[in-house]
Amino acid sequence: MGTERDAGDHPSDVPETPTVQEALDAADAPLDEEPPPPAGTVANLVVAVLVTGLGVATVVSSLALGIGSAREPGAGTWPFALGLVVVVFGLALVAGARRTADAERFPREALGVVAGIGTMVAFTALIGRIGFEIPGALLCFVWLRWLGGEGWRTSVLVSLGIVAAFYAVFVGALGVGVPHLF
Amino acid sequence: MDQLTPVLQGFAVVLEPQNLLYCLVGVVVGMLIGVLPGLGPAATIAVLLPLTIGLEPVTSVIMLAGIFYGAQYGGTITSVLLRLPGEASSVVTVFDGYAMACQGRAGKALGIAAIGSFVGGTVSIVALSFVAPVVASFALDFGPPEYTALALLGILLVATVSGGGRVKALAAACVGLLLATVGRDGFTGAQRFTFGDLNLADGIDFVPIAMGLFGLGEILHALEERHRRVQAPPTLTRVWPDRADMRQASGAIGRGSVIGFVLGILPGGGAVLSSLAAYALEKRRSKTPERFGKGAIEGVAAPETANNAAATSSFIPLLTLGIPANATMAVIFGALLVQGVTPGPRLVDEDPELFWGVINSMYVGNILLLIMSIPMVGIFVRVLQVRGAILAPITVMVTLVGVYTVRSSVFDIGLVVAFGVLGYLMKKAGFDPGPLVLAFVLGSLLESNLRRSLLLFDGDPTGFLTRPISGVLFAAFAVVVLLPLTTRLLRGRRGGPRDDDRSGGRPDTKELV
Repeated sequence: MGTERDAGDHPSDVPETPTVQEALDAADAPLDEEPPPPAGTVANLVVAVLVTGLGVATVVSSLALGIGSAREPGAGTWPFALGLVVVVFGLALVAGARRTADAERFPREALGVVAGIGTMVAFTALIGRIGFEIPGALLCFVWLRWLGGEGWRTSVLVSLGIVAAFYAVFVGALGVGVPHLF
Repeated sequence: MDQLTPVLQGFAVVLEPQNLLYCLVGVVVGMLIGVLPGLGPAATIAVLLPLTIGLEPVTSVIMLAGIFYGAQYGGTITSVLLRLPGEASSVVTVFDGYAMACQGRAGKALGIAAIGSFVGGTVSIVALSFVAPVVASFALDFGPPEYTALALLGILLVATVSGGGRVKALAAACVGLLLATVGRDGFTGAQRFTFGDLNLADGIDFVPIAMGLFGLGEILHALEERHRRVQAPPTLTRVWPDRADMRQASGAIGRGSVIGFVLGILPGGGAVLSSLAAYALEKRRSKTPERFGKGAIEGVAAPETANNAAATSSFIPLLTLGIPANATMAVIFGALLVQGVTPGPRLVDEDPELFWGVINSMYVGNILLLIMSIPMVGIFVRVLQVRGAILAPITVMVTLVGVYTVRSSVFDIGLVVAFGVLGYLMKKAGFDPGPLVLAFVLGSLLESNLRRSLLLFDGDPTGFLTRPISGVLFAAFAVVVLLPLTTRLLRGRRGGPRDDDRSGGRPDTKELV
């Protein structure tokens, strides 16, 4: 945590005022045991190339929209200018890929994130067909049992409780049109 | 007396039972999320956006504002008791606040923080009441070129003072501006970047973007963090600040109020920067700087006063110019747009009930927070025992079901999940989603004003520089761009400290004081 390091580095033990960046970092993950290892140059290059590619794609599709002129701006003028700026930033990121230290490596725990995203995608795919209750209960159960490490009994009871509470609030009290099965 | 009438009517709006209730709800939620590390005020407000749809505009903004400044109070509690800053704006409070708690003076630290927050907030509201109408009347003369300059400067400043590298923040802002172009072009009627999808024909809605990037993105990112157990908070001693403490802290509270108010107005300034600046100033002014970090009461009073004053004054650019000063204000701006209210210089005249209702609600909110933070602090500390594992799926469900209720659209659920994934990946790659969201809400305003300006100038871009106000704003823009580049060059010549993307040219608080 940035704050601790600042407090220790100073000879007279008076804490240095952190920068905005350090304050944001310290508040972002105050409970983290250790900061995640930074991503390597290859990952930084991939990100930089993706940004550049987005810029290029924008420029190309703006040309199709018609970029007009300064005197008569067209539908594509503004996106075209933005696309050029994005390309410049992307190239700047490519140039600085070796010195960049603010991207994080994917740890083993990132598999949990993939699972979490999976539950949300499943929820989205199912809610229109069978309502929110079953997908919602399954989502909560996966998040509690496997992503949160809760016990079986807590996971079952809490996920049923959450869905019941949502049913009571959204369908019962507010009467908003959330797709529901029952 | 004529000018006072709308102000007094604003109090009548605040005292309506519904508004009082939502003010209370807002500050309680704000306190809670301030105490809980992880979800910040911008994310919370984003996740609760659907809840505000059914409310009156003034009621919803009263609640959302309460969340924002309530979080400044809540962040203090964990900083002092547990050495865990709940919010970035309370990070410096950790130094002296935790030291005071270790010396058995936790009650004094929390008491002075609450009093300072109350004074800072109140001073800021009074100043806001006088300054805002003046700024608004000045801004009535603003034309498209001035708005173009203002929006560009606002986005640049927010990107400059945000987390992550500067180039990445600016790239994220550009992506936000690009996302705002999706849909039908207001000038030519052409479909842009819709890929033939009817759901995109009217553009991307603000709600799924904010909820996805801020809400789901943060939750997903938190999934891969290995958490340390929260230790039990020390027993709270019932020793409140006495007369001597008050005398010692009064100067810090006074200066903190001014710093907070001024920095809060600046785009990108806000609560974090002002708390750091106020702390640095107190340490520099002090005759005994060695006490700092060892339980100096000014070290708690100054940043806590300043962050609250800044949270309040950051409403000025939003309510008078229609330019949000930080990510949280961008979400409140979006909430107003969803309600059909466009904030800007005409707001104070056209919708005085909303304008003064929101401002005056902050007096009430600050009083409520003062009451809650001193005697009821024990209750909020207990909130820390709620496990994150249980809160996470609830937040996910609120987001997924909530976003559906806004437009009854399953497509929007897909969109919020997609932006949640994007938000997670952005955080992994070192891109702050804040500038993206802020740029998105300003995107259509910026583009339409730029195009109107170009038509006005007959295609001659030097027209921006010859008009006095837009000229000054563009000059400020140039300074913000060039200043860090020159410092970087100078530093490089001297073979100075590490100059990677992370620290490169970031404004140091010491330079700003």
